[in-house]
Amino acid sequence: MLTAIITISLLAAIFGGLLGYVAVKFHIEGDPVVDQIDALLPQTQCGQCSFPGCRPYAEAIARGEADINQCPPGGESTIVALADLLGLDAKPLNPENGTEDDTKTVVYIDEQVCIGCTLCIQACPVDAILGSAKQMHTVITDECTGCDLCIPPCPVECIHIIPVKQDIHTWKWPRPAPPIASPQTSAKAKV
Amino acid sequence: MMTPRKLWSFHGGLHLPGHKHVSTQHASGAAFIPERLILPLQQHIGEPAEPVVNIGDHVLGGQLIARASGYVSVPLHAPTSGIISDISEQKAPHPSNLKTHCIIIKPDGKDDWTELEAITHYQQLDPSALRNRIRDAGIVGLGGAGFPSFIKLNPGTRTVIDQLIINAAECEPYISCDDQLMREQPRDIIQGIQIMQHALQARHCIIGIEDNKPEAYSALENTLSELSISDIEIVQIPTIYPTGGEKQLIKVLTGKESPSHGLPLDIGVVCHNVATAASIFAAIQFGKPLISRMVTLTGDGINNPGNHHVLIGTPVDEWIQHNGGYHPAVQQLIMGGPMMGFNLETDQVPIIKTSNCLLALNSPENSPPAVPCIRCGACMDVCPAKLLPQQLYWQAFARDFDKVQDYNLFDCIECGCCSYVCPSQIPLVQYYRFAKTEIWAMERDKRKSDQARLRHEFRLERIEKEKQERAERMRKKKAALNASKSAASKDDGKKQAIEAALARVREKKKQNDSDIKNTNNLTAEQQKKISEIDARRKKSTEKPVDD
Repeated sequence: MLTAIITISLLAAIFGGLLGYVAVKFHIEGDPVVDQIDALLPQTQCGQCSFPGCRPYAEAIARGEADINQCPPGGESTIVALADLLGLDAKPLNPENGTEDDTKTVVYIDEQVCIGCTLCIQACPVDAILGSAKQMHTVITDECTGCDLCIPPCPVECIHIIPVKQDIHTWKWPRPAPPIASPQTSAKAKV
Repeated sequence: MMTPRKLWSFHGGLHLPGHKHVSTQHASGAAFIPERLILPLQQHIGEPAEPVVNIGDHVLGGQLIARASGYVSVPLHAPTSGIISDISEQKAPHPSNLKTHCIIIKPDGKDDWTELEAITHYQQLDPSALRNRIRDAGIVGLGGAGFPSFIKLNPGTRTVIDQLIINAAECEPYISCDDQLMREQPRDIIQGIQIMQHALQARHCIIGIEDNKPEAYSALENTLSELSISDIEIVQIPTIYPTGGEKQLIKVLTGKESPSHGLPLDIGVVCHNVATAASIFAAIQFGKPLISRMVTLTGDGINNPGNHHVLIGTPVDEWIQHNGGYHPAVQQLIMGGPMMGFNLETDQVPIIKTSNCLLALNSPENSPPAVPCIRCGACMDVCPAKLLPQQLYWQAFARDFDKVQDYNLFDCIECGCCSYVCPSQIPLVQYYRFAKTEIWAMERDKRKSDQARLRHEFRLERIEKEKQERAERMRKKKAALNASKSAASKDDGKKQAIEAALARVREKKKQNDSDIKNTNNLTAEQQKKISEIDARRKKSTEKPVDD
């Protein structure tokens, strides 16, 4: 009886100590789920999800405060990926947050009109606008995510949305037309 | 005579009607100088070349017009002398039918050439120097993919390459440019192979040639015996499509399987196209860059089919008109062969370094519309990469791009065997191409979003830092202000000194004011004059009031 109690207590002490050690030794800073969710988001930082950027939205999803269908730039593929990650059911994009648009866009500053007020530079979440006070501004199109956050602050409406031009490298083969049911099979289906 | 070599076979494959005799009836035509040459800056895999000429410049044949940018890139040379008439976007031979950056040369017809630097004794040259020469000549694989050849001539960390394999299979129907080249320039090819062997330090070389090209085989064999070369072996292999695939050819000749996602180099084998060997010979022996190539012009839509040396950049329409034109009933134009080529929507595109064949057909193989898959498995039986085409099709159809990669989509060589045998006429290869480009696009988006995340995080960090710095400055200023206030009492003495100084200045000013006046010490006469003037002035100012 006593041996059993001692053995069990000893075992409990050993494993308790081991677990405690492991918890300290392999402690992970931050929430890995937030990182995983953040990695799936398109990083436009556009705020259409009603959160100030992709990371805050990821944190809200992780806390269960936001739904997974609030990201219009990510669209269906992001929703499916998030559903896979979190073990949820995929659902259509929430129309309140916007609509999915497949054409990628960037912004372009009309340098003839720009007055060099720097308001757009302050609005850009990825530092993709170059310029300084009373100097012409320009967009580094390779860095632009197409979030359009720079457009509302512009006092002279010199920022325009332009679609990203497709070239030989970004061109995609179209999906072939799906097979049509042959007369025999469609007849069978009717029967 | 050598004992027949043991050959292996690869999975699947097809026996296709060759149609090769159509274009090998007469000797190849010489290159002609067209009205204009359109030279895309990217004719190879990797980074596009950067132009080093300006519009209006006069260039000589063989002159560098665009330099390589980055490691996986090759330069571009002027095929003949002329004026750079434009550097702009032009349609390139690509399934997308999109435009790409091109240099356009208007030839002057003189065909003046720049001084070429030949190497007489390449054997004394270091392999790396030899590779650089091959790179500077702008040579890419002429078999179709267009990978820069100098990279494939680098054995890397490996000290020994077991075998250099020369791909002379040319397995796709209709195409016969390599066949013609072997018949006409066997010496150039063999000497080019020797240069490659030196660059790779490869001990052994095998030329694999399909048994439907007996003339080419005997031409090469005769050359080998004439030059009494023993370390190059020429092997006839059965004609099965796609024996000319790199991995398939290696399997047939050596029995070795190239690893999935790997390179033949991983198993000590390097494979080059036979036409590449000839162009490497020209580059080393004469210093001549890659400015022309042999191209097959064939099909029943062509009046005068044959093989021709064509300057790189020659527009297809001009080339065809120069060589007898189209048959009136022509309907379809294919760049490449019938299995792996793509439709050209216009013939106003240039021949580029990777163009091997132009096929014009009167009766396009208008496949009937696809019907549902009956799961017969014929596609799997013919797949030379031992994939499961049906599974790939389902996953690509459902846009499940993770699953489709689990089924090794990227081992697919797009040979078209599966589509060819499919009884439901499903365009299987189109689905794989669709899935591949979609996956590449997703990877590009991922890279871009990672970049955006980094920049956004950096921005937040910067804003936070600026905020802290501003707060720090404010704090310092405030502290300084408080310090000066408390120190004010100590400064009384200074203040008094300033006051005293100011008082002195005021005093002095007063004195000066009384001192310097020209009305002091006047004589009686002067005083009288002043009084008179004053009276007159008074009178004159009062007058208008009287009126």
